[in-house]
Amino acid sequence: MPTASELKPLYRQMQLIRRLEEEAARAYAQGKIGGFLHLYIGQEAAGVGALAALEKNDYVITTYRDHGIAIAKGMSPRSLMAELWGKDTGCSRGLGGSMHLFDSKNRMLGGYGIVGGHIPLAAGVAFASKYRDLKEVTLCFFGDGAVSIAGFHEALSLAALWKLPIVFICENNEYSMGTPLSRTMSVDDASKKAPGYGIPGDQFRADDVLDVRDRIRIAVDRARNESMPTLVELRTYRFRGHSMSDPGKYRTPEELEERKQKDPVHRARELLLKLGEKEESIKALEAEIEAEVEDAIKFADESPEPKMDLLEPTTYDGPFAA
Amino acid sequence: MATRNIRYREALREAMMEEMEKDSTIFLMGEEVGYYQGAYKVSEGMIEKFGPKRVIDAPIVEGGFAGIGVGAAMTGLRPIIEFMTWNFSAVAFDQILNNAAKVRQMSGGQFKCPIVFRGPNASARQVGSQHSHAMEHFYATVPGLKVVAPAFPADAKGLMKAAIRDDNPVLVMESETLYSVKGDVPDELEGGEIVPLGKAKVVQEGTDVTIVAYSRMTHVALEAAAALAKENISAEVVDLRSLRPLDEGTIVASVRKTHRCVIVHEGWPYGGVGAEITDRVQRLAFDSLDAPILRVTTLDVPMPYNAKLEQLCIPQTPRVIAAVKRVMARRSN
Repeated sequence: MPTASELKPLYRQMQLIRRLEEEAARAYAQGKIGGFLHLYIGQEAAGVGALAALEKNDYVITTYRDHGIAIAKGMSPRSLMAELWGKDTGCSRGLGGSMHLFDSKNRMLGGYGIVGGHIPLAAGVAFASKYRDLKEVTLCFFGDGAVSIAGFHEALSLAALWKLPIVFICENNEYSMGTPLSRTMSVDDASKKAPGYGIPGDQFRADDVLDVRDRIRIAVDRARNESMPTLVELRTYRFRGHSMSDPGKYRTPEELEERKQKDPVHRARELLLKLGEKEESIKALEAEIEAEVEDAIKFADESPEPKMDLLEPTTYDGPFAA
Repeated sequence: MATRNIRYREALREAMMEEMEKDSTIFLMGEEVGYYQGAYKVSEGMIEKFGPKRVIDAPIVEGGFAGIGVGAAMTGLRPIIEFMTWNFSAVAFDQILNNAAKVRQMSGGQFKCPIVFRGPNASARQVGSQHSHAMEHFYATVPGLKVVAPAFPADAKGLMKAAIRDDNPVLVMESETLYSVKGDVPDELEGGEIVPLGKAKVVQEGTDVTIVAYSRMTHVALEAAAALAKENISAEVVDLRSLRPLDEGTIVASVRKTHRCVIVHEGWPYGGVGAEITDRVQRLAFDSLDAPILRVTTLDVPMPYNAKLEQLCIPQTPRVIAAVKRVMARRSN
């Protein structure tokens, strides 16, 4: 049996991500956030559970749906919200935006906007760890929409060939933007592609955050101890559209309602109660989260915009010309 | 200064090996770079010296190993990624454009990408339309990248060293048709001989016309200048060496002296390095110009296989001479 004390910090992360993103959606509607905003709402157990299997020096890299992963890897809410607001105090100083959250201190190597383009890059991070004989593991997230593109296959092919310490995690939320799985994939489970590369695969539902942690830990241990990659498919579901401009008309209200009944954040809360955590103590935790979210919004609102003189030194390291 | 006469490919190899001896984070990765000794023998002997951990044979997956290089560069290594030819970098374009060139800026400066991409570029001999691309025009437009294209062994060595030491992605455009060309290369000095990125060189002084070129076309330009000298036309030849950063100072100073400019490069005329130079010269030296700026480029068609047609498509000495004579027709005397 799990204990309330191990679940509580994970519930805290999930609820924090949920609340930050709900407020981000509101701020988007108010025009405080521009461009694209891809919400993780509904998928929190995947990122939070998987990252709970890591050690501090391990790396994570993901797609443009990156808010949850960034927070789970230790990014501060202030840093996240200021970035969404495009402010100089944001993690990427307002130059990256929602899709490009980076946090070098916490080894969050970014959110990337080209589907599949970051998967070879992730293999390179694992390559570097192995090259230097460091026992670090890289976790690489991508969606089910990425398993058709070359970058996915090339990265798996090379990671398998060179036995790199990496775990490839396909967050299968059943829709590649607006197209259901049945019309994008020839198999019903992305991890079925693992045997073709001679590496282990795993597949399970990412509803229970502790279950995700424990199953991903098997793959993380395999990467760390045997330097062997794994391909995992996590079955999950996003409650919101692909991005803010997507009303999600390609799925029925009944389907969405049924999935919301299995909300991983509520599930973790109920489990906490079952494990003996008091309602008042959870409420106190939630109040703490509310204060943190409020503080992050205020911080983002009040932060300065980046200045033009930031552009040159961030385009090149050191002098452009001799 | 003591020099040795070595081939262009040996100069590139010496640069890589000398830097690799000093810094264990540098590795070479690409197709056939190891046990095969390099498709064009640039990396000959390197696997014997550094072993398969640092001279790494990759399968035919340019996008994949270009991406591996970027990820490794972001986390502290200094990769040298070889494309068997730059033609094949087309399938790795996303990695270079979206990841290598952008990661520093989109992370707000948190990450850098000290990586070298290298290989032969532009036409070889009768390798057809898919293997004859001059790819530098695509890459030189991208902020975040640096692009060099040496013409001589000394610059090949010096620029390769500078590229390896630079903390940004640097693309080294070599040439299959230059690999066997010999030239004097300075002996290794204390601290290493480098050629700074972004510095052009006047390789022949002249007074009547400036011919701007790079890579193999510098040799064509020099041939043309020698022929023109016999007709009492004094051509100054500027070898760009770096395409980005572009040394507009050296180009403009030369045009201010000669009042005429002809640009020679492989690759198509639409856009490209020649168009960029034309823009800068007309902006920065407008009052000095006595004639329109002309470009001598590969013709605006895919490269044909037929040997005669191919030679007609690639810039040749007679076309450079003809262009120079056209701008000289406006000589005021």
